[in-house]
Amino acid sequence: MKLLLEHAHVEGIRYYDAYRKNGGYRSVEKAFKMTPEEIVEEVKKSGLRGRGGAGFPTGMKWSFLAKPEGVPRHLVCNADESEPGTFKDRYLMEFLPHLLIEGLIVSSFALGSNMTYIYIRGEYAWIVDILEQAIAEAKNNGWLGKNILNSGFDCEIYVQRGGGAYICGEETALIESLEGKRGNPRIKPPFPAIQGVWMRPTVVNNVETLAAVVPIINNGGEEYAKIGVGRSTGTKLLSVCGNVKKPGIYEIDMTQTVEEFIFSDEYCGGIANGKKLKACIPGGSSVPILPANLTLKTAKGEARYMNYESLSDGGFATGSMMGSGGFIVLDEDQCVVRHTMTLARFYNHESCGQCSPCREGTGWMYKILKNIEYGKGKLSDIDLLWDIQRKIEGNTICPLGDAAAWPVAAAIRHFRDEFEWHVNNPDEAQNRNFGLAHYADPIHIPAGA
Amino acid sequence: MSDQKFKVTIDNITVEVAPGTTILNAARMIGGDVTPPAMCYYSKLEGSGGKCRTCLVEVSKGSEKDPRPMPKLVASCRTTVMDGMEVKNITSDKVLDARKGVVEMLLVNHPLDCPVCDQAGECHLQDLSYEHGASTTRYEFDRRTFEKEDLGDYISLHMTRCILCYRCVYTAEQLTQKREHGVLDRGDHAAISTLLGKSLDNEFIGNVIDVCPVGALTDKTFRFKNRVWFTKPVDAHCDCKTCGGKARLWMRGDEVYRVTARKDQWGEVEEWICNDCRFHKKSAKDWVIEGPSKISRHSVISQGHYVGVKKQPVYIDKVIGKDPKMLLDIHTVSDVNRPEVELSKIAGPAHSDDFKNTGK
Repeated sequence: MKLLLEHAHVEGIRYYDAYRKNGGYRSVEKAFKMTPEEIVEEVKKSGLRGRGGAGFPTGMKWSFLAKPEGVPRHLVCNADESEPGTFKDRYLMEFLPHLLIEGLIVSSFALGSNMTYIYIRGEYAWIVDILEQAIAEAKNNGWLGKNILNSGFDCEIYVQRGGGAYICGEETALIESLEGKRGNPRIKPPFPAIQGVWMRPTVVNNVETLAAVVPIINNGGEEYAKIGVGRSTGTKLLSVCGNVKKPGIYEIDMTQTVEEFIFSDEYCGGIANGKKLKACIPGGSSVPILPANLTLKTAKGEARYMNYESLSDGGFATGSMMGSGGFIVLDEDQCVVRHTMTLARFYNHESCGQCSPCREGTGWMYKILKNIEYGKGKLSDIDLLWDIQRKIEGNTICPLGDAAAWPVAAAIRHFRDEFEWHVNNPDEAQNRNFGLAHYADPIHIPAGA
Repeated sequence: MSDQKFKVTIDNITVEVAPGTTILNAARMIGGDVTPPAMCYYSKLEGSGGKCRTCLVEVSKGSEKDPRPMPKLVASCRTTVMDGMEVKNITSDKVLDARKGVVEMLLVNHPLDCPVCDQAGECHLQDLSYEHGASTTRYEFDRRTFEKEDLGDYISLHMTRCILCYRCVYTAEQLTQKREHGVLDRGDHAAISTLLGKSLDNEFIGNVIDVCPVGALTDKTFRFKNRVWFTKPVDAHCDCKTCGGKARLWMRGDEVYRVTARKDQWGEVEEWICNDCRFHKKSAKDWVIEGPSKISRHSVISQGHYVGVKKQPVYIDKVIGKDPKMLLDIHTVSDVNRPEVELSKIAGPAHSDDFKNTGK
């Protein structure tokens, strides 16, 4: 099922002519015949959920937008895709820039935003050129600028490059950065829907979310809601990396099982080099890691599906999250301790340093994990790690603290014996990895967990 | 609307406050142990707070209309009260546990050099860790260090001690014409710094010394000259044209060692003073002395002064389930020191048996 990537392989789809020939900008024509409220209603009906990680219903977010008289409103596209393992927005913007522009025009019209921003991460330097060219093409053809399609609606899209900080992907930090300040997350409330960019009502949406508005308007919200399962409607882009035969971007309609997704030839094609699956991070680096048995089946023994509800089945004890769709697969040769250390280093490096638990805790966790990985750990360090992550989680301003704590918590929860093995066999641990060891059997899950 | 009052219950003590008041300020109205500590919030500085996380509280009831509890602990300095809100501070184990964690985190990279730190004795972090912290550290690594930076002739920056509360940044932004320092870098290497080594010499910039909760920003004209508990604080004023001229002198004998702004019971500056008053008027002749300053009797600065000791209002019966701190009756745990025993009736030196036989 392909909605977003339907025309991804048409030659020259990056440019306006080919895009328009393949049905591009139809949704704008349709949307401008509707009222903004009808578009919001249509998005609400579609059940579209934010594709950036949290999975908050987009229609609801749009309806929260405050609309005071005489105050401009803004739509900001969050293209600061920096989560390790996630690269779906990059593909979308690189190959289908007009799809994003089209989604932005429709959404701007629905929200009444005359000035719309794309905040893109600084490392995507070449994509800035692609987007700016696409914006110029759209403007030359009358889709942007003053009085679009004689509707009386003006809209301009600006591309703003970030300075390369992961934290600026958090919506309030993004807003601060967009205003030209230091990218520290703001304290909520007030939420951006009330006071966002320059204290004006603002909606911040992910690239994929805004692109998904195009098929919703084209086909109707109800039609879109039929795709998928339950509250996970529509299609989702997944960026698969790690030890699979065919890493890359896949668009799924969220009805597949995880087993099918990893092992079928249509998708990932199984684990590379004939190895076995050891663990999987289903939604980008900050969601909890799952061991093989819990990746394929939930704690109740049912098959796990690739959708928001099924992936988070079992809570943090035995489940994970859909997150941003950065699907990372680890084979039996991978070391979970080293993997966790790498993630801890990342969060240590990217913490903004505003609130104390995250600023100090991430660095502490990284140092302890480094000790364990390089054979200098103690068994008590594992308990200490658990305690530190518990003190960070939920006690910080923004979700980066949680994002730093969850991978460590899940790694200790599911792979504690590997940590202990590392501590007890320091020499061996540095030369040889732990392998599959005991993870073929389902782990014991305490009642009520 | 203006005379409308919100009822908020903090640790089972109800208080009526104006709408828009934060939980922390409502708790300060009650006072005593139910007030959460605050390391970064400063009521005089707009936008401060929310960063240190020591003031986390549990909201067990959102409001009268929406009684759901808040899912996470909230920063009481930035959360406004709702009518009928119920807050748990010291009655919540979750809060005490989280606060202990925050104190530990704050001390992870803070050097334990209190014996050589000028702030010792009036350091908020010292008080906080004494009250809420653990007695030992679990941190076994090297603490972060920084290259030394010179901020000019008046203010000394000791970056290793900084807890990044951002108070000095807000002070410079809101008090002075031009902010010359800010936070550079990020994460645990974020540092207070100026661009290209500029010195801080704006009028009123000296107030950053007073707002700093730790010994990161100290007075160069006072540095290493004396310990604060050897100096005696007196309130004084002068006819300064720039500021109000109301200051606090720290004297030893007739010598003025240091001039600071007057601080209230929460350690916050009452009135900002200018650089001239702070750094240059170091003689008793420049000032009209009003009298000794009121210093909390728990502070080390008031050692030896027991005049006018007033009992704090204690709400033990209301704060259910928590034993008040330091209220052990010595007579219940010790055999000696019983008031009913007349010491003069004992022949020779008193022995513990003398107390055992007569008392019970």
